[in-house]
Amino acid sequence: MEIPLTKNIKPGLVAYNLEDYRRDSGYSSLLKVLKNMSPAEVTNLVKASNLLGRGGAGFPTGVKWSLIPMDGDRSKQKYLICNADEMEPGAFKDRYLLEGNPHQLIEGMIISAYAIQASKAYIFLRWAYKKAEAGLRKAIDEAYKAGYLGKNILGSGFDLDLYVHSSAGRYICGEETALLNSLEGKRAVPRTKPPFPAISGLFGKPTVVNNVETLSWISHIIENGADWFKGLSLTGTGGTKLYGASGRVKKPGIWELPLGTTMRELLEDHAGGMVDGHRFRGALPGGISTDFLIEEHLDVKMDFSTVAAAGSRLGTGTMIILDDKTCPVAFIHNVERFFALESCGWCTPCREGLPWVEKMLASIEDGSGKMEYIDLLKFNAKYMGPGNTFCAHAPGAAEPLQSGLKYFHDDFVKHITDKKCPWR
Amino acid sequence: MLSEEELKEIQEEIKQYPYPAVACIDALKIVQHHRGWVSDESVKDIAQLLSISNEEVDGVATFYSRIYRKPVGRNVILICDSVSCMIMGYESLYEHISKKLGIRFGGTTSDGRFTLLPISCLGDCDNAPALMINNDHFNRITVEKIDELLKRYK
Repeated sequence: MEIPLTKNIKPGLVAYNLEDYRRDSGYSSLLKVLKNMSPAEVTNLVKASNLLGRGGAGFPTGVKWSLIPMDGDRSKQKYLICNADEMEPGAFKDRYLLEGNPHQLIEGMIISAYAIQASKAYIFLRWAYKKAEAGLRKAIDEAYKAGYLGKNILGSGFDLDLYVHSSAGRYICGEETALLNSLEGKRAVPRTKPPFPAISGLFGKPTVVNNVETLSWISHIIENGADWFKGLSLTGTGGTKLYGASGRVKKPGIWELPLGTTMRELLEDHAGGMVDGHRFRGALPGGISTDFLIEEHLDVKMDFSTVAAAGSRLGTGTMIILDDKTCPVAFIHNVERFFALESCGWCTPCREGLPWVEKMLASIEDGSGKMEYIDLLKFNAKYMGPGNTFCAHAPGAAEPLQSGLKYFHDDFVKHITDKKCPWR
Repeated sequence: MLSEEELKEIQEEIKQYPYPAVACIDALKIVQHHRGWVSDESVKDIAQLLSISNEEVDGVATFYSRIYRKPVGRNVILICDSVSCMIMGYESLYEHISKKLGIRFGGTTSDGRFTLLPISCLGDCDNAPALMINNDHFNRITVEKIDELLKRYK
């Protein structure tokens, strides 16, 4: 089984440096691109590979790139941004790639910037990722010295400057348009779409924002081709995926596996099953903004379309496991409190709905909840859903809430009728 | 007044941007790096330097959770209170630290040694519970481990 993204990552050890990266044919894809491929050829190859965005939304990467106006005017400023603001509770996959193999990301970014002819690129990095920041800055220095960044890269006439922007901490910065406002030094509130960033992005210029895991794929797709990439997955979508599991499992961790691996295989073979004395009750398959899946879904293939068909989203692919010793109401309350605190306050359903939801959940958990709260929670979940807000924050918050109310209805009722949490 | 060093560092940031206001977050971080927090006076100084209003600077400063608008202790303890760390028991860890230091979230010890704050997910969910002290990251924290750790921060 091939694991292209993580084969050179040695957990706990220092980041893979330039010398090692080059010995394992690093930067050969960049050389190939600059020598033999036009920007359009790179975009078409990525399009043909069907690389779906690994940040959670699963939008086709090549299609995103092809929305950038390429009218041949090279004086026109364009930007490439790597979204490395991983802050979704339960997600820890980008950190693994950033710390373990920064050059893989940098090479992917240079090739991607070439494809859209951007001359400036930013890595928007989570404030807390100090080790990743140090590794990235060192790797970028190495890349400048080796002539992979800066003016006239490897004699091709293509210029690129790459900067690291360390954030000041807010979950909403991971939303693509809020990220743009934050990079411009403003409050990170989302922008109305359209216009999409491909037309008017950073400083009003055409901009592509891609996730760390997405960009880390680019050099491999250049090297091995679209068909190879498609063949890696079990479902034909393309590629492997970094999957993870946290919670009360025997071996929490992160694994690169073919896209489409089932939840059961992840849970039993890789996470080692539940900790003794704990039973599986459900999981958020890809971070807290995804709907719960339960036991009946264990054989669902963890791919974008199959998880969607089961009523959830693949999201980041890092599962949070709910066990029978953890109160589902407390679990959902924790998640909704996070969303309420992190709401940027820009639009009403999110700013008003989330604190209301949080308060009702807190009172149910402490035994003072009323039966009518269940319907009010359902009402709020619907009201915060897609189409009512500027961005995906509130709709994301609605997902674990609505599915939690469905699958753990009896637990909610028991809290209210017993006037206490059965787990406390 | 901004110190010469602060001014120099902020000017350096301004250079890479199309207009000065873009450096707002950088400027706030620079001031906080030197002073530990951002005072009303610093907000005004930054506003003047970047040719934007005080309110705009304060709007940005209060938006981001890692910009402190109140003084903090010499060491800041950030305990992850997100869901994976909840499952793995951050609450008992918090109660232990809180009792030991005599402060709740948002508090600073009377000797100014520690400030205790919650933080959302640190991306270390497979090694929960996780926390940070200043810029240092720690995981698989137990009550015994935290007692040892705190001794290192004076």
